[in-house]
Amino acid sequence: MRLARIKALVIKELLAVLRDRQSRTVLIFPPLLMLTVFSFAATMEVKNIELGVLDRDGGKAAVELVQRFTGSPSFTRVFRLAGQAAIAPTLEGEKAMAVLVIDADFSRDVAAGRPAQVHLLLDGRRSNAAQIVQGYAQTIVQRYNADLAERAQRNGPPATLVARNWFNPNLDYLWFTVPNLIGLLTMVIGLIVTALSVAREREMGTFDQLLVSPLSPLEILAGKTVPAMILGFFESQIIVTAAIFVFRIPCVGSLLSLFASLLLFLFSVVGFGLFISSLCNTQQQAILGTFTFMMPATLLSGFATPIECMPRFLQILSLADPLRHFLVAVRGIMLKGLPFLDVLGVIWPLAIIAVVTLTLANWFFRRGLR
Amino acid sequence: MSAPSGPTPPEQAAARLAFRRLAAIVWKEGLQIVRDPSSILIGFILPVLLTLLAGFAINLDIDHVPVGVVLEDSSPEARDFAAAFLNTKYFKARVGHDRREFQADLQAGRVRAIVVIPQTFSRDLARAGESAPFQVIADGTEPNTATFAQNYAQGVWLTWMQIRAQGKGASFSQPVTLTPRTWYNQELVSLNSLLPGGMAINLTLIGALLTALVVAREWERGTMEAMLATPVGRFEMLIGKLVPYFLLGMGAMLICLSITLLVFRVPFRGSLFALLVVSAVFMVSALGLGLFISSVARNQFVAAEASILAAFLPAFFLSGYVFEPAGMPLPIRLLSRIIAARYYVSCLKTIFLVGDAWAQLWPNMLGMGLIALAFLGLTIKNTARKIA
Repeated sequence: MRLARIKALVIKELLAVLRDRQSRTVLIFPPLLMLTVFSFAATMEVKNIELGVLDRDGGKAAVELVQRFTGSPSFTRVFRLAGQAAIAPTLEGEKAMAVLVIDADFSRDVAAGRPAQVHLLLDGRRSNAAQIVQGYAQTIVQRYNADLAERAQRNGPPATLVARNWFNPNLDYLWFTVPNLIGLLTMVIGLIVTALSVAREREMGTFDQLLVSPLSPLEILAGKTVPAMILGFFESQIIVTAAIFVFRIPCVGSLLSLFASLLLFLFSVVGFGLFISSLCNTQQQAILGTFTFMMPATLLSGFATPIECMPRFLQILSLADPLRHFLVAVRGIMLKGLPFLDVLGVIWPLAIIAVVTLTLANWFFRRGLR
Repeated sequence: MSAPSGPTPPEQAAARLAFRRLAAIVWKEGLQIVRDPSSILIGFILPVLLTLLAGFAINLDIDHVPVGVVLEDSSPEARDFAAAFLNTKYFKARVGHDRREFQADLQAGRVRAIVVIPQTFSRDLARAGESAPFQVIADGTEPNTATFAQNYAQGVWLTWMQIRAQGKGASFSQPVTLTPRTWYNQELVSLNSLLPGGMAINLTLIGALLTALVVAREWERGTMEAMLATPVGRFEMLIGKLVPYFLLGMGAMLICLSITLLVFRVPFRGSLFALLVVSAVFMVSALGLGLFISSVARNQFVAAEASILAAFLPAFFLSGYVFEPAGMPLPIRLLSRIIAARYYVSCLKTIFLVGDAWAQLWPNMLGMGLIALAFLGLTIKNTARKIA
């Protein structure tokens, strides 16, 4: 390994990417665009709920209850249904996420202190949203119960769960999405830069020239790793800056541990990128190969669903996913102020992933040499 | 085209020739697909992999949430309440006696929430009319899990109160109870709505990403110009590209369908006919997008970036596949209206879980059809300009 040779290779690689206007544009704008659109789109929150109401009672209590739904900020449109027959088309045509049905003697039962029932019909096609809407409705009814009990001077059931959320007291979804997107976008950039740089040279035949030059495969590997890490790190800095200053995501932990984890994360991502490109001969294969890696890596990262909910074998498989480890670290550092030693405890597997993938890439490049 | 008396012989011959030309182009494109390893990857391996992975990995039915239960009160009632957390499938609880034990766990993500049963718990419970507060401290860094943990804790509490009241012979009744019932997906299994939606992702990959790449490569290598210099018309070229990839997409759709039905046992209440019709319309719109991208990009790298940005990511984020469009801000909701996958996902969920509700399917098919026409029209226009 000669540093001067690697340095020359690094400069050549950086120039190759940055000199081309189209690839410069592709590197800078799409990630920022994705950050903006998808941080608002990737939300499990349910707002602007449309609710149909079938009030067969029409009494005082029923009107009161419906008013509480109308007054809740989560339900933006509450409309009345003409009759039983209107329920199916309303739900089927997705005109409402849920339908509230109040039976005929509801107000009489409430006035007499008899247990009264209301029904909530939900659209199971949107299963996650249905559960959340159910939670909202449950809360509104509980609060109504508490008020009824107070009015009647009766002792209702003590509704007493005191809910607190640490690290994100208002459960702002952006605080979850934006740190995750830092990881996801950095991964996309790191992979595309590495995979394509090798594949393009292979397709044009210049990679063979590199292989027969005095450079050793290890030097070539280093010369491909370092520029991708520089570009990826630079990009991730733009994203982190946007996250903190535009999206106002708090960063309670130390920026230094964030940078350290980013570098190690990029190292492992570039390792995967080089490994994939060592298997591919054309750009098309490299793009599709990268894609085939990116999809499962995203699914298994814990971005979409918590890893604990996955079956055992996928939990084990997810250990090989660099994004999985980094997401824990980035959320821990930014939102929870995870101390550096704990960060190390989270990110050390990235080093192993990097070493394994780079070794494999090196082996495949060498094999190409023979 | 034809005169009232029927086509004249030269017109007939021209039509036959055009058809043979078309058949030849379709055959050539078909061979190209079969011989290209990357179309096999995208057309067969990726749909299988993605459907299996999504089926196993994307599970929005959160249970066994790891929590720490802090028992500051050691009375039998408090211990009984703590046991209620151990006995539900929604939580994987560990019991401790000091909340500091779990604080580091919460920070490191080893537990998702801490349930604190305070010293005053049983005393407050004994006093009539007094509420006995307990606290649930959830890890807010994953808001969805936090909300579920809070809701589940509320559920455990209500059930425990009910059992306790029954044990004392008293009835525990609330003035108003809300009974939720879920239509189309009674047990609220998230897989039942996720897997049908996932088919949209696979068809988008074939229609937009693969097609854009292949055609961009032809532009890059100059074989597209060579084709356009032959007597083959632009329209025939377009059809020649559409037909083979259309068939590849429909094949992938049937593969996804079999895995969804056979491995994951998702209900299928509609008809295969409806599914084929709706998928066909969507496939044309995805192909239209792919061809349009390649006619603009003409370079594989840019085509790949553009189709990931304009086709794959919107299909994943904006279609209602995982994320609910109702929760998004207005500009993004409007943007989702021009994403064909949004209409397709809605149709898929309806066909699988509701049935052939044509009243719901028609407007969605109209939306996809308009998008398809727009992209195909733009592609034809673009190709013409490039040659001129």
